[in-house]
Amino acid sequence: MKVGVLFSRVRVEEKWLFEALDKRGVAYDKLDDREVTFTLDNPGPWAEYDVVLERSISYGRGLYACKVLNAWGIPTVNTASVADTCGDKLWTSAALHKAGVPQPQLKVAFTPESAITAMEELGYPVVLKPVIGSWGRLVSKINDRDAAEAVLEHRESLGNYQQNIFYIQQYVRKPGRDIRAFVVGDRTICAIYRSSAHWITNTARGGKGSVCPVTPELDAICRKAAQAVGGGVLAIDVLEDPERGLIVLEVNHTMEFHTTVPTTGVDIPGMIIDYTLDVGRHKSEFRQVYHPVPHEFGDEPDAA
Amino acid sequence: MSALCPECEATITLTNVMQGEIVVCPDCGVDLEVTAVEPAVALALAPQEAEDWGE
Repeated sequence: MKVGVLFSRVRVEEKWLFEALDKRGVAYDKLDDREVTFTLDNPGPWAEYDVVLERSISYGRGLYACKVLNAWGIPTVNTASVADTCGDKLWTSAALHKAGVPQPQLKVAFTPESAITAMEELGYPVVLKPVIGSWGRLVSKINDRDAAEAVLEHRESLGNYQQNIFYIQQYVRKPGRDIRAFVVGDRTICAIYRSSAHWITNTARGGKGSVCPVTPELDAICRKAAQAVGGGVLAIDVLEDPERGLIVLEVNHTMEFHTTVPTTGVDIPGMIIDYTLDVGRHKSEFRQVYHPVPHEFGDEPDAA
Repeated sequence: MSALCPECEATITLTNVMQGEIVVCPDCGVDLEVTAVEPAVALALAPQEAEDWGE
């Protein structure tokens, strides 16, 4: 068994993952995503890997590395299709919707004018998010039409076409916290509350972690959300909607866990490595079982 | 092990670091990347956060 670990930076998470690999006596290579190259018609040294654990901080590098590796029949944790789905909030929402996982009401628009219409149909406040992005960047809570016009004008000026895909969510009046739950394979292994006086509760933005019990209800919705995006090693963000109960906000495919491990005492890196090794043991079956997302979504090949 | 901060030239003492790890200069607060550990620790300014960085 040989494992590759693709990374951008050695954060505490990567140090823990390397320690877990060392503890298990597994041969592995540390693969800096700034240095790797791929020759499409010749996998070369990549073929030695039974599995590659993708830990890039860069969404693009991680995604495209997995696409190439998966195309070569080299399994990755997570798969490219999972990264594709989770890295795009709209694609995630579509997957959750298809699987019947409850989530905040959502509208999508492509122009500032239609975005205003969509926001007013939802009713203020709403939350405007980039379809691709993380750590709460450029996420805006919009309380009224004046704020909407200002934010949309700024968004339009950013230049990136993705900033003109307006992903508009109903604002959920959560109780000063949300839930970050961790799913590995078919188990919800632990969860934390992330509490903050600010409406953004992300721990990368100052939210504080505390233990959240994994109730049967939480376990069920998290496993369903994980399966909806293709399964693997995933972190599910869950909100407690005062009216609807638990709803899923988003699903993360290369999660951080430096807050959760000391808070819960759960050996998340060890469980990730055990899952990764299990995937590696089934490398020979990967090409048969792996399908890109459109097929998972039920799209038929173009009949024209 | 010690190395100089490339930003403020403070001497930073480091223990048990690995290549690729990010450390913070205690004097100027800048993020630094450990670019080598052998034969001596070397530090460089850490890469800037990019638009697609995240979980």
